[in-house]
Amino acid sequence: MNDVRKLRIATTSLAGCFGCHMSLLDIDERLFTLLELVEFDRTPLTDIKRCGACDIGLIEGGVCNAENVHVLREFRKNCKILVAVGACAVNGGLPAQRNHLDLRDILEAVYETEGGLARGAHIPNDPELPLPLNQVHPIHEVVKVDYFLPGCPPSGDAIWKFLSDLIAGRTPTLGHDLLHYD
Amino acid sequence: MSEETTFFLDGEPIPFTAGQTILQAAHAAGRYIPHLCWHPDYKPHGSCRLCTVSIGGRSVPACATQASEGLEVANRTPELDDARRMLLQMLFVEGNHFCPSCEKSGQCLLQATAYELGMMGPHFDHFYPNRPVDASHPDVLLDFNRCILCSLCEQASARDGKFVFVMGGRGMRGRKVIINSASGRLADTDFALTDRAANVCPVGVILKKRVGFSVPYGQRRYDRAPVSVAQAQEASRE
Ligand code: SF4
Ligand code: SF4
Ligand code: FES
Repeated sequence: MNDVRKLRIATTSLAGCFGCHMSLLDIDERLFTLLELVEFDRTPLTDIKRCGACDIGLIEGGVCNAENVHVLREFRKNCKILVAVGACAVNGGLPAQRNHLDLRDILEAVYETEGGLARGAHIPNDPELPLPLNQVHPIHEVVKVDYFLPGCPPSGDAIWKFLSDLIAGRTPTLGHDLLHYD
Repeated sequence: MSEETTFFLDGEPIPFTAGQTILQAAHAAGRYIPHLCWHPDYKPHGSCRLCTVSIGGRSVPACATQASEGLEVANRTPELDDARRMLLQMLFVEGNHFCPSCEKSGQCLLQATAYELGMMGPHFDHFYPNRPVDASHPDVLLDFNRCILCSLCEQASARDGKFVFVMGGRGMRGRKVIINSASGRLADTDFALTDRAANVCPVGVILKKRVGFSVPYGQRRYDRAPVSVAQAQEASRE
């Protein structure tokens, strides 16, 4: 068994809430089975910062700023199979509900006019901060996506079924109990 | 005798009476043909094309095609379901379907149909329409960003004798449901929660206030059974 090369998996969260990553942990003790088959590259679980050559990239979250675009492209370049995980990666999700609002109005509301702000609070403008995009986009509008795993978040069971199909070389499918958009 | 009133849906005999459409007869027999703009109480609208079936290699809408004796109708073939999935994807990207925050989730025919057909992702770029919502009515909220233009609200409201909802405009972006009052607001109509039209929308446009998310996840209509099974059960109870 040990001479079989383990698949390399990278994961990241773009404009997401980390709920999909929490759901990945919800596969519970099956994580041990998974770790016999795969090893993790860049992911919040390993804290590796750059993505190397990988078999599977799991992307949580949509694209809301310039850094998201950069990370997404890095994943696409390095991962043979790219998976949009969760509602935000699939269709923009909750962050995309700002799409019909003017970006400047939102920033002003959050940083300058909302109650409870410190005196002199202003919209952050540190050059280190990634520039926000006018709209939040699902990841397939930026790079080619091979598979979609919907849900907000997909349940641990759905993630497990999806990954076991994918790792076994089957087209991942979710039946009635596992396929959810919410 | 029975031969004269039977057609075949994926090889299964379906009884029908003269004048019934393929979808009407199949529905009554508890057989599922995917559909969105059809409702048993109203005239077929023929706009969503989810019900497209194949007869002798020709694609026709099952909701608007009369059943006839001995007809061989192909329904759930991989090719037809592929085409249906693509139609669903187009419907999803033409609206703002953020199911996690939608009160209709779990009871929505569009969503349930997408589950039935195994739609995993949207495939197309999103439009993210920006249509005004109408929260003016004390009991009902309208979010037309989810409208699939099925016209069921218009038909139901006509049956109510109120004509509150009217289809208007032209073209993919122009066509919309208009509220039939001078102000264009629902509050300025005689619309009531008890109207047929309040309960007919297959998606999350016409929503009752103060009841959202009241059915727990896992127990909502289409959590309990896929739409194909749920509709067969309902038909057998009718
Ligand atoms: S109307 Fe249906 S498909 Fe659209 S957001 Fe609501 S639950 Fe989802
Ligand atoms: S509001 Fe609902 S019932 Fe009316 S046309 Fe739109 S989707 Fe159909
Ligand atoms: S149900 Fe037949 S076209 Fe919509």
